[in-house]
Amino acid sequence: MKAIVTVMLKDGVLDPQGKAIGHALNNLGFTQVGDVRAGKIIELTLTESDPLVAKAGVEDMAKMLLANMVIESFKVEIAS
Amino acid sequence: MKPVTAELAKSFGLNAEEYAKVLTIMGRTPSFTELGIFSVMWSEHCSYKSSRVWLKTLPTKAPWVIHGPGENAGVIDIGEGLAAIFKMESHNHPSFIEPYQGAATGVGGILRDVFTMGARPIANLNALRFGDPKLPVTKRVVDGVVRGIGGYGNCVGVPTVGGEVNFHPAYNGNPLVNAMTVGIAAQDKIFLSAAAGIGNPVVYVGSKTGRDGIHGATMASTEFDANSAEKRPTVQVGDPFTEKLLIEACLELMQTDAIVAIQDMGAAGLTSSSVEMAGKGGVGIELNLDNVPQRETGMSAYEMMLSESQERMLLVLKPERSEMARAIIEKWDLDYAIIGKITDTGRIVITHKGVVEADIELAPLSDEAPLYHRPYTSAAKPAPLGATHDPVGFEAALLKLMACPDIASRRWIFDQYDSTVGGQTVKRPAQADAAIVRLEGTNRALAITTDCTPRYCAADAEAGGAQAVAEAWRNITATGALPLAVTDNMNFGNPEKPEIMGQFVDAIQGMAAACTALDFPVVSGNVSLYNETEGKGILPTPAIGAVGVIEDASLATGLAIAPGQQLILIGDTKGALGQSLWLREILGREDGAPPEVNLLSERENGDFVREHILNGAVQACHDLSDGGLAIALVEMALAGDTGLTLHPSPEHIPAHAYWFGEDQARYVLAVSNPTAILTAAHAAGIPARHIGHTGGDSLTLTGGNPISLATLRDAHEGFFPAWFA
Amino acid sequence: MLQTGILIFPGINRERDMAIAVEQSFGKAPKLIWHKETDLTGLDLVIIPGGFSFGDYLRCGAMAAQSPVMQAVKTHAARGGYVLGVCNGFQILTEAGLLPGALLRNAGLRFLSMDTMLSVERNDTIFTAHYQKGQVFRAPLAHGDGNYTADPATLDRLEGEGLVAFRYAPGAGGAESQNYNRNGSARAIAGIYSPNHRILGLMPHPEDLVDPLMGGTDGKPLFDSLAAA
Repeated sequence: MKAIVTVMLKDGVLDPQGKAIGHALNNLGFTQVGDVRAGKIIELTLTESDPLVAKAGVEDMAKMLLANMVIESFKVEIAS
Repeated sequence: MKPVTAELAKSFGLNAEEYAKVLTIMGRTPSFTELGIFSVMWSEHCSYKSSRVWLKTLPTKAPWVIHGPGENAGVIDIGEGLAAIFKMESHNHPSFIEPYQGAATGVGGILRDVFTMGARPIANLNALRFGDPKLPVTKRVVDGVVRGIGGYGNCVGVPTVGGEVNFHPAYNGNPLVNAMTVGIAAQDKIFLSAAAGIGNPVVYVGSKTGRDGIHGATMASTEFDANSAEKRPTVQVGDPFTEKLLIEACLELMQTDAIVAIQDMGAAGLTSSSVEMAGKGGVGIELNLDNVPQRETGMSAYEMMLSESQERMLLVLKPERSEMARAIIEKWDLDYAIIGKITDTGRIVITHKGVVEADIELAPLSDEAPLYHRPYTSAAKPAPLGATHDPVGFEAALLKLMACPDIASRRWIFDQYDSTVGGQTVKRPAQADAAIVRLEGTNRALAITTDCTPRYCAADAEAGGAQAVAEAWRNITATGALPLAVTDNMNFGNPEKPEIMGQFVDAIQGMAAACTALDFPVVSGNVSLYNETEGKGILPTPAIGAVGVIEDASLATGLAIAPGQQLILIGDTKGALGQSLWLREILGREDGAPPEVNLLSERENGDFVREHILNGAVQACHDLSDGGLAIALVEMALAGDTGLTLHPSPEHIPAHAYWFGEDQARYVLAVSNPTAILTAAHAAGIPARHIGHTGGDSLTLTGGNPISLATLRDAHEGFFPAWFA
Repeated sequence: MLQTGILIFPGINRERDMAIAVEQSFGKAPKLIWHKETDLTGLDLVIIPGGFSFGDYLRCGAMAAQSPVMQAVKTHAARGGYVLGVCNGFQILTEAGLLPGALLRNAGLRFLSMDTMLSVERNDTIFTAHYQKGQVFRAPLAHGDGNYTADPATLDRLEGEGLVAFRYAPGAGGAESQNYNRNGSARAIAGIYSPNHRILGLMPHPEDLVDPLMGGTDGKPLFDSLAAA
């Protein structure tokens, strides 16, 4: 079983990386691009087979290490 | 797997003659893995087959040389029982394909060459050449290379203290990234690569092996074409964190007596390290690839032998020490695996899953490696420049030159490199002609620089080769340090073209003459050939890295002037404008002969300057190079945030030739007692002139309008920030 | 004399600089403590130096903050022990929750290595007694993630309770005088204290400016202050 953790800066925290990407896209002529936010995706391979147990475990991991709750938020998806 | 044929060999980079030799040595058709081993060991990168006969003509000996070329890096005696271990190496092709990773792994590779010999790395430098700044691709390459050097060097905690950057359209599709590392070891704790001890375990340490960079060594020896972008998947990815662990683990292990021999896995990875270690030791080696730590599944013997995964070392250990060694390596969270043993067969035998994948006699693999006496033709010496007319005047030329990409402040670059980690950096980038790094726990420091003026080499490779060595020697001298030895990084085009081979030969001859005259032997180096894109070669670029020593680091002299000092010009000024930056930037011309290199004057003028720095008579010193006297003076003024007032140019030279001519063997000194220096110079037969004094906040030519330092600083600091805004 | 230890995480690289600075002021070499250590009993001052602990992969300092020795640092702090975190050490302290806020990527998205000027916000702590209040001193910085951030309420509290230790300040003359808060830190904050002023985290490196030969001794008073404690 795989878990996919998406970590993003919280709304309201300045994201200079996202801003720079947006700026670059605009410069390339993609004028339809407004706000850009950059985050990261962490893929975990798990031995757990119960999706609910797996999700709860990964949420603990995210709170403890994978995301910094001061500035980041996260989302956990379980894929089989 | 494809059957082994002459055609397959050709696609591996072995020509028909070389493949015929392989068949003779093997006495049978080689296996796929064996062919791979021959192809990388006989590549230009590993065998130096086009350059070896000429490299041998360079002077490599001096009483202070402990190990010259042939080891992983050069080793010299720097006093107090210490040795400096250093080398410069290119990572040109990978840096064009993927600039960040190419430059990062270039830094990683040269670090390993140095700490594999037992040295703690204390300084990194980088000699970089890029294409036309007007092209978007150049901006992308500069950005990636600078980030890559910083990303790797900053993380491993080795200060990046210097280097050089040039721009020229000849590097448009083929930038040069030459990375240099200097390390320090106790002279009685130097580790070599020659394997010994029949039955001793062969140990793999570091990162796991993946399919990175397979055939990187042969890629580094072929020209680029329009399909180069497709070669991207073979580029290696660096992991500076693992490198840092590897440095600490190896240095900790080196404090014990466990290691018999050690070598990093660089280009051609497991192949070159195992072949070279066994070959140098005159022994055999057996490897069982089942035990190689692997990152990917289903790797073949060929892939493991040719992988260029980074951050790996190969060790031969004393068997009774191997468990202690394992504990140290695993403490640093690194893989440790016994993958083979030393034998008395004189052969390399590779097994994988119970099958012998390669069995090659080692002696002919190295002794019968191809060696080419390539035909060469030297270019005709360029005609002298002749008289020039100055269309713009002093102030306009000065501001234009200060702002031009080849002279503009490199602050934007070095502000991205950690130059202070280690706490021993006495002179940071742009503070002195050479970086000064103290040897921890002593008063002694090393002076380190890299130099080459490719436009001189393109016009006259012999004069350019000599000039590169002389400028490195001068830059070290200008800090007060004694220049000791050189590492060279020879970057040239396709050696199969006689005119390119002629550039190589001429440059070597110029370098050899300068190294001899200046007692400045070559102790290590690297050759990078086939630097061509679509049949067009780069400017010949024999980059010189050099190291000197100063016994009392507090005497090391920088560029910064202060108010109330007198300015003395040492050396003869004829106004040489051939191949000068003034000629290129103001008249748009790249012609004429480069400035004459008079090695006797270099020696005499430099020895005079160093003597007076060390007796405390000199407050600031700068050698004269690109842009000549005026540029050197402004650099000193900006470094010290102090203005200057200068006497007019002498009557026998046109003003623009006096201010911007690039005559060699010259220095500007800032002193408090000009009479003493002038008297001493006169007595020693050294040309010396009083040219002005310091103070105020502008540059003033007697009788002219002042140019404010703020205006000069804006011009000088503008180029890179504006380019990357 | 404070019994002092420097923590060593894999990837840390300024531990030697720190040890030199401590030894110079204290007259005694600090202990070096491996990250798997779980007992810091007997130490008065724990220093977390700069570098790239665990490669700074994931987030700067995130993995070091979860290591065994950081549990011991929390115990040490809870019993009133002194803690100094510099650069990566500051990042580790925020990740471990011992100091508030977080260090984001530099505003310009590039690594910054240069001298910066710092103003001393108060000199009545064990770390700053040898500086003057309001004094501006020079310190090298070298980081990619030094952009201090916290929510406005936390920033107000830090300022209101006198917990700002150092701020980036304009220097005198030269190119360094403009644009002095280069990493974009909120309210130009370069370093902060815990509420009891016994924990200090800061991004710049005073330990790299304690010798005239390296360009000055502006960082030395910090170590002299600790040595006199």
